[in-house]
Amino acid sequence: MDILQIVGLGLSVTFLTLILKQRNPVFALVVSLIAGVFILLMMIDQIRLVMEMLKNMAQTAHLNNVYVATILKIIGIAYISEFGAQIAKDAGQSSMAGKIELAGKLIILVMAIPILTAIVETVMNLMPQVGGG
Amino acid sequence: MSLDVNTIFQIAGIGIIVAMIQTVLKQMGKDDWAQWVTLIGFIVILYMAATLIDDLFERIKQVFLYM
Repeated sequence: MDILQIVGLGLSVTFLTLILKQRNPVFALVVSLIAGVFILLMMIDQIRLVMEMLKNMAQTAHLNNVYVATILKIIGIAYISEFGAQIAKDAGQSSMAGKIELAGKLIILVMAIPILTAIVETVMNLMPQVGGG
Repeated sequence: MSLDVNTIFQIAGIGIIVAMIQTVLKQMGKDDWAQWVTLIGFIVILYMAATLIDDLFERIKQVFLYM
């Protein structure tokens, strides 16, 4: 019963941070950060299962390995940047959170460039030659 | 990998104790010592947090970049 553990952990950490925030706001932030790390660590085995399934499906469909790896990397970047941005937002630094999210989006866009070019090339090959006679 | 929830409560305990020490030292009139105690408690906690975050990032790398 992972979910019971996680909900209990989350609730107790919430109350602990409420107590700590009056005395030492920085410590409260670190406690909530570590709770987030723990919850992600508990969840990472499930994520691994989903990723294995995706990889197996891609192998049975004979997809190009590079594209699947890129998509997995993009999902990982999204998780990590979201995590960091939420921590920064918790600390009241929403501008820093915005910058972390911006960096995540940009890196995702850069990693998606090979896929985008492949799509455009496929579409160009499908299209009939216009004006070529 | 040390998946141990006790770390969270350890850190919360360190925070509360440091806050208590700080109050006592301030009432004794030693403000500079209070500052040092807070700083050192914060460094210890930050070290623990950094270890855990490093663990998490390694795991994420294993899961997402493993191809």
